[in-house]
Amino acid sequence: MSLGRLPWALWRAQIMAILRLEVRKSFFTRRGFWIYFLAFAPVLLYAAHSFIELKNGGRGDIGDDTHIFAAIFQFFFLRLAIFFGCVGIFVNLFRGEVLDKSLHYYFLAPVKREVLVVGKFLSGLLAAAVIFGSSTLLQFAAMYCYFSSNTLQEYLFHGHGLEHLAAYLGVTLLACLGYGSVFLAAGLLFPNPLIPAVVVLVWEAVNGYLPGLLQKMSVIFYLKSLCPVAIPEGIAERNNLLALIAVNPTPASPAVAILGLLVLCVAVVALSSLQVRRMQIDYGAE
Amino acid sequence: MNVLGAKIPLLAKEGLEAAGTHHPLSPPPSSGGTEDQQIVFEDVSKFYGEVLGVNRVNLSIPSGITSLVGPNGSGKTTLMNLMTGLVQPTRGRITVLGISPHEPERLFRKLGYCTQFDSFPKGLTGYQFVYSYLLLFGHPHPVAEALAARAIERVNLVEAAHRQIAGYSKGMRQRIKLAQALAHQPCVLVLDEPLNGLDPLIRAETIALFRSLAREGLHVIISSHVLHEVDAISDQVVLLSNGYVVAEGQIHGVREEIREHPMQILIRCNKPGDLASRVFQQDYMVEARILPDGQGVLVKTRDADSFYLLLNRIAQSGIEIESVAPADDDVLSVYEYLVGAEESTK
Repeated sequence: MSLGRLPWALWRAQIMAILRLEVRKSFFTRRGFWIYFLAFAPVLLYAAHSFIELKNGGRGDIGDDTHIFAAIFQFFFLRLAIFFGCVGIFVNLFRGEVLDKSLHYYFLAPVKREVLVVGKFLSGLLAAAVIFGSSTLLQFAAMYCYFSSNTLQEYLFHGHGLEHLAAYLGVTLLACLGYGSVFLAAGLLFPNPLIPAVVVLVWEAVNGYLPGLLQKMSVIFYLKSLCPVAIPEGIAERNNLLALIAVNPTPASPAVAILGLLVLCVAVVALSSLQVRRMQIDYGAE
Repeated sequence: MNVLGAKIPLLAKEGLEAAGTHHPLSPPPSSGGTEDQQIVFEDVSKFYGEVLGVNRVNLSIPSGITSLVGPNGSGKTTLMNLMTGLVQPTRGRITVLGISPHEPERLFRKLGYCTQFDSFPKGLTGYQFVYSYLLLFGHPHPVAEALAARAIERVNLVEAAHRQIAGYSKGMRQRIKLAQALAHQPCVLVLDEPLNGLDPLIRAETIALFRSLAREGLHVIISSHVLHEVDAISDQVVLLSNGYVVAEGQIHGVREEIREHPMQILIRCNKPGDLASRVFQQDYMVEARILPDGQGVLVKTRDADSFYLLLNRIAQSGIEIESVAPADDDVLSVYEYLVGAEESTK
């Protein structure tokens, strides 16, 4: 069947129906409270920083703050907050429903399992992108809010401020896409998602020391390549662990990085679809 | 046809050893016999690891009400989950009106399944539960709204439709699941213990609904471990025990094929003593016992057709016969004969 003859309108309507059901679950669950805490912890940190700077007369250095922002973004936000946030959101897309014994609701509808996977993935992506994207935006605002309007205008519109903000937002979205797809598959393939989460965490941490080909089989390799501000050498050199994490010897070009993440995402979602096609409803086994 | 008008069975299997051979259920006059009009199991087995779900099942189920009967663990739910694709067979082939359960996008346009699972997507009202399900079909909002309202009305749950399912009673949850299964107007309705938790009034209404759906030409597959309930509903039955189909067909027909247990017939008449002495002269009679109230006779015979012919002659000779009714061609008796009394009361 040619692409044009596929029932795209039906699939779009079904995906919208899945989103309607899923978005509520992704955003408003008590079990997901810690995800909000992880996402917005840096905002609180930067707000406190700005408050202290304001009390001290607002004489901070925008260059220093840019580097601090870059370091926290890479060391904490990407590697921990988004990483574990995606574990919480995407692993539960299917596994959470198996534990709640409600997955059959979808399996009893005339929805192709592939469409179900895409719908659920998009709902997770929407939730992750909104939570972490808004956090990135708020972090940026909280970090620089204590500067005078002239300094801010200069940084945003005549320096690299807006460019950096757009890049951080893009990296945040791509991180949700990359980690989201990985943990969607992990939730389907492993009864205990903690084990794959730890394995991926370690894999991502040592990525800089892996051979070139293996480096490319990770999410963080591409994300680091897209971050607009490099981690200052001084920060990395003072701490061996940070040096291990920060190293990115041969970064990919932005086009390759974006394409690489998209390919990874599509491949993993396709793999997940195959898994869901074989899936049976056997709540008793869980 | 015998004297009572019951169809001669297409099948009766006596004991587990006969399980696995193919005998189609008797199709009612309105249904065709092709695979596109039936639910077909061909040599289907399902194992959960080393645990047997069902083994070597061969069935062709026509339209009308078909009951899957057996105690807990006999394989009823497994058969239903297999025909709806919720579980996949270890071996064999299944089609529902010619559609494989591997194609949910086609299957569930024709099939509705009311499962035994008593869990629902969180935070939904009864109406949202049915409406959201219909949106998954790709229906636009007004169509989904109209179908949901109609289904909820059909199960008599209009007043509670906009309340959270979490606050529903067991019976209401059962009915909203039934509404979901019915909402898209399927040709096949699979209902796993649908009468569980319903009060007597709603139970009667629900049974009437099943009958009306069957009259409309639907395949209604019902599982139950309450045997007397099945008697009142079914056009045909599939008796299951420990994962095997032990008998299938119209219940009277199945009963007639169980030859090692004589048919029991209850006759109400004005001269039970005379009747007993006359019938007992026949060599196919096993027993004739006058009822404790003295108003009739319970007979056991190995040849029901001959007995009924004899009874016609007796009726013309001055004994007034008020009623004649088989005493043991109900599902409970048949199940007891085939599987054993212990299993049937589990």
